[in-house]
Amino acid sequence: MDIKALLDLADAQVEVSRQVEKRKSSLRGRTQINLFFEPSTRTQSSFEIAGKRLGADVMNMQVASSSVKKGETLIDTAATLNAMRPDIIVVRHHAAGAVHLLARKVDCSVVNAGDGAHEHPTQALLDALTIRRNKGRIEGLTVAICGDILHSRVARSNMILLAAMGARVRLVAPSTLLPPGIARLGFETFTSMSEGLKDADIVMMLRLQLERMNGSFVPSVKEYFRFYGLDQEKLGYAKPDALVMHPGPMNRGVEISSDVADGAQSLIREQVEMGVAVRMAVLEALASHLPNA
Amino acid sequence: MPTEQPILLKNARLIDPAGGREQRGAVLVRDGVIQEVGPQVTQAEDAQVIDCGGQVLSPGLIDMRAFIGEPGGPYRETLKSAGEAAAAGGVTTVVSMPDTSPALDDPAVIDFIVRRARDTSIVNIRPAAALTKGLKGGEMAEIGRLKEAGAIAFTDGAHPVTNAQVMRRALTYARDFDALIIHHVEDPDLVGQGVMNEGEFSARLGLPGIPREAETVMLERDIRLVRLTGGRYHAAMISCADSAEIVRAAKARGLPVTCGVSINHLALNENDIGDYRTFLKLSPPLRHEDDRQAMIEALADGTIDVIVSDHNPQDVETKRLPFSEAANGAVGLETLLSAALRLVHAGRISLPGLLRALSTRPAEVLGLPGGRLAVGAPADLIVFDPDAPYVLDKRQLRSLSKNTPFDEARLEGQVTTTMVAGRIVFQRDTM
Repeated sequence: MDIKALLDLADAQVEVSRQVEKRKSSLRGRTQINLFFEPSTRTQSSFEIAGKRLGADVMNMQVASSSVKKGETLIDTAATLNAMRPDIIVVRHHAAGAVHLLARKVDCSVVNAGDGAHEHPTQALLDALTIRRNKGRIEGLTVAICGDILHSRVARSNMILLAAMGARVRLVAPSTLLPPGIARLGFETFTSMSEGLKDADIVMMLRLQLERMNGSFVPSVKEYFRFYGLDQEKLGYAKPDALVMHPGPMNRGVEISSDVADGAQSLIREQVEMGVAVRMAVLEALASHLPNA
Repeated sequence: MPTEQPILLKNARLIDPAGGREQRGAVLVRDGVIQEVGPQVTQAEDAQVIDCGGQVLSPGLIDMRAFIGEPGGPYRETLKSAGEAAAAGGVTTVVSMPDTSPALDDPAVIDFIVRRARDTSIVNIRPAAALTKGLKGGEMAEIGRLKEAGAIAFTDGAHPVTNAQVMRRALTYARDFDALIIHHVEDPDLVGQGVMNEGEFSARLGLPGIPREAETVMLERDIRLVRLTGGRYHAAMISCADSAEIVRAAKARGLPVTCGVSINHLALNENDIGDYRTFLKLSPPLRHEDDRQAMIEALADGTIDVIVSDHNPQDVETKRLPFSEAANGAVGLETLLSAALRLVHAGRISLPGLLRALSTRPAEVLGLPGGRLAVGAPADLIVFDPDAPYVLDKRQLRSLSKNTPFDEARLEGQVTTTMVAGRIVFQRDTM
């Protein structure tokens, strides 16, 4: 199934979710385990609602990340869960590559709900869906992804997906938050918002973790907001009809000002709705490939 | 607003170190900038005329390294007293170090220094801000906001940044703001308890030594980080032959690296410490005569870009102590030119070459418009007699602190007139 078809399917799921009767039966009788090694209220509840609307039995497993430090434990956990014969496991892990490792140890389908600074594919899909529904297309748009690119799985998945769909992807960040060597991967990089946002159609802001704000990667919150925080002035560098996105949770006054986050150009709340639809589409697409489907 | 009367400085030996040119002529100054320069000036009818009596007229000196006690230590030096000492020494722009109390790591404090210097100092004082918060070497300071507030460069002053990761990130981040990082290259672990150059003289005096490697190890590290990051980097002061080799090699690779040397390391060596003279206790320490010779050669061939005073006022309480317990540092603003002219009189460097390292190159490294004798350049100018002999009497120094290593030294060359932004701020009484 290609990306466009997946997004078309997600469009249909939006309609399902907007009905009074939201229940479908494509996953009836199936077991979905949400295995979260790091807490994520938003993504986990989104996957939970998506699974339930498709009729699956959904079980949430919160694993304290402190108790799972070694690969052996991860593989043991996988083997244990596998013995319970689930159909789909949705995994969030703090280490890049951990979901891939787990997927090789189980017999069922595995959905990556974010692994370290590597990938967060359903986030990129929901961002693509949000853009497509608002702009009517993705191809030819200029998308500026701004902020902590270095530590962001959201950035990596979006870079790959949006570029594959024909968008011009720009990365905007202080050099300390850009992965060294990223320019050689073929993405335009900018260290100033005025240049990076110039004529952009989409401004996608990233969350800056608290522990990276105080002198390690950037000097301070004040300085970060002054030069890289999206306020009305900096948004003015983008096209007049530019739209603002953020994967959440937001740090207001750090990477984005409240008036922009809540303003007319913001798609941030719509992204959350599209998150459920995209995850329904992903789960349903998987369901059609499950044994005995 | 009435415009100030223009000033014609005539009958001068004009030296423009930027072009290396020397000619007889005059300079006409109007509205704070050089309006005309050359053998003949044409629009001087309304000007006040000053006859330079055939003395040298050149751009004012730009000193990239001075410690001033404001805020926090005004008994050692104020912006006002430093300005007076600088003007008498022919220094028209001083870069002040952030080692104050509080440290210059906050945009509000930079703003204070900029305003206070403008109100009280007769020369330009441009603050260098802290590179890390509290000069502690741990967390990067607000380079962007500090630069907006008026910081001209970023350095932890006399404090080295030992953590290589911190230096890497600072160089990386500073590049986005085209900010210059100045670093005191001295590994404190290798310095240890050392108080002077490590060698036979320290062995004889019974003082713990500081190996040259304390400097070269840090300098090598920094240059590799510059190569990794592309940040603009200036080694504040080098002191030994090996360091000159390291900088030479870095420049040959095309890296954005420059360096300075203190006037003390060009004019003095470790033997001058003699009988435990604490005014010659410096950081980096005075080295062997061979190192001093290497510094002069590196200056002459352009490996060393700038000469700094490393002006560091200390009072008797911090200097009248056993050598190992005394504070580092010497005053130098007022004697910078005289001491440097020794190299010219000894035939080691040309006068334009010397002035280049004292004005043109610092201006270029800092991105300032001065250091040139050209139309449109700021009228920061000095007139001096390079041969005027005198014996330095430290009591005559304008600095609030008198810790000069040149007390009672015979020096040649004195500034007679100093002009900042078109105004005469210093004139020496001559008989």
